[in-house]
Amino acid sequence: MAEKHESKNSREYKNKVVQTCLLAGKILIENGSELNRVSDTIKRIARNAGLDDLHAYVTITGLMISANDEAGAQISEIEKRNFDLRRIAAVNRLSRQFAAHKISLDRFYSLLKKVEHIGFYYPFWMMLLSAALLSGCITVVFNNDIHDFLITCLVGMLGWWIFHAIVSRVNASFISEFVAAAAIGAMGILAVRFGLGQSTDNIIIGSVMPLVPGVQITNAVRDLITGNLISGPARGIEALICACALGFGVSLSLVWLG
Amino acid sequence: MHLLIVILGVYVATLGFAILINVSPKALNLGGLVGVAGYLVYLAYFTFIGGYVGANVFGAFTIGICGMLAAKYKKMPVIIFNIPALVPLVPGGQAYQVMKYVAMNRPHLAFFYLMQVLMIAGALAMGFLLSELVIQLYNYLKRNLKKEEKAHKRFFFFWFKDVKIIRVQN
Repeated sequence: MAEKHESKNSREYKNKVVQTCLLAGKILIENGSELNRVSDTIKRIARNAGLDDLHAYVTITGLMISANDEAGAQISEIEKRNFDLRRIAAVNRLSRQFAAHKISLDRFYSLLKKVEHIGFYYPFWMMLLSAALLSGCITVVFNNDIHDFLITCLVGMLGWWIFHAIVSRVNASFISEFVAAAAIGAMGILAVRFGLGQSTDNIIIGSVMPLVPGVQITNAVRDLITGNLISGPARGIEALICACALGFGVSLSLVWLG
Repeated sequence: MHLLIVILGVYVATLGFAILINVSPKALNLGGLVGVAGYLVYLAYFTFIGGYVGANVFGAFTIGICGMLAAKYKKMPVIIFNIPALVPLVPGGQAYQVMKYVAMNRPHLAFFYLMQVLMIAGALAMGFLLSELVIQLYNYLKRNLKKEEKAHKRFFFFWFKDVKIIRVQN
């Protein structure tokens, strides 16, 4: 027992706790969690590991965590952000298991390392199909436009495919949205011109829906309301640039073809 | 008939977004139902009372409460049910309109849609905040009522005991 107590106060142990918190927070932010939940999870892990005075400064582009005086502060940077709720659920489950003392700290850390390589639940064709259905249904629900259902499905699917293909090959963030939106605009205009659809606007709004940053905008306001005065505006500006890329892409094709 | 199509559309759209952001297959069905519930409340408020801000507040409120219940039932984080269910309400179309009109040099229309985006995003966030407030209040009240109930039981127990003793003595 005395040995265990000794090891809990050791520098390596505290360092490990800080690193675990850092990794968990990084995964949560990268996959689209709101920041309230991130700092909550970090504090909970630290408390369960027996480290009470741990301070975390969480922003959307990086996070700093310092334990008390012995283990110094550590920083982790966050470069890409997208939505992958499976990883958030995995971190949540691991954190709960750690709280219930089912897994040790070392095991927790190595499992968290594995979370970064978790794949998708669904095959690629199913994601294409869901992007298609999402676009078609949005057109029907928002604009009461049942006639354009099938063509919106097709355009939305192709648009998402282009977006996905560019995202997985090119490392620039807003180019993919821009190109996909330009392609969607061109396809919508051409579809109406060849008599496949009726309203260009409805087709474009529906097809752009899988790419549009609506949830990010809402998350930005949520962060702002809960008092994250640095991350809320940052997230909002990111969403705004994303919407900018989409809008400019569509209007490029509208100007050239329409 | 029209309502049926809308409900089906919202359900499928929620499922589609949930698949795109990699939600576990076990949570798909419930997530779709939460989305339908939120959109129905939004639609009811919008048609019977009017005003999109209030409609969005109550829609997000419903999603928050239902998402919390679903999360408790499935033992998964709330965010899995909230984010896909938000898709039918979210101001994505308007955000795209803003940038389209900015690029096409019509600032008045762009400003109109920008105000809509801000109002809707704020309304959704307020709705979530309200639902969190209600859940916390409910938990607090439940805890306190339990304590009081225990106190009452003890009180009644002693009271009945006293009565019995008195009867025996009589």
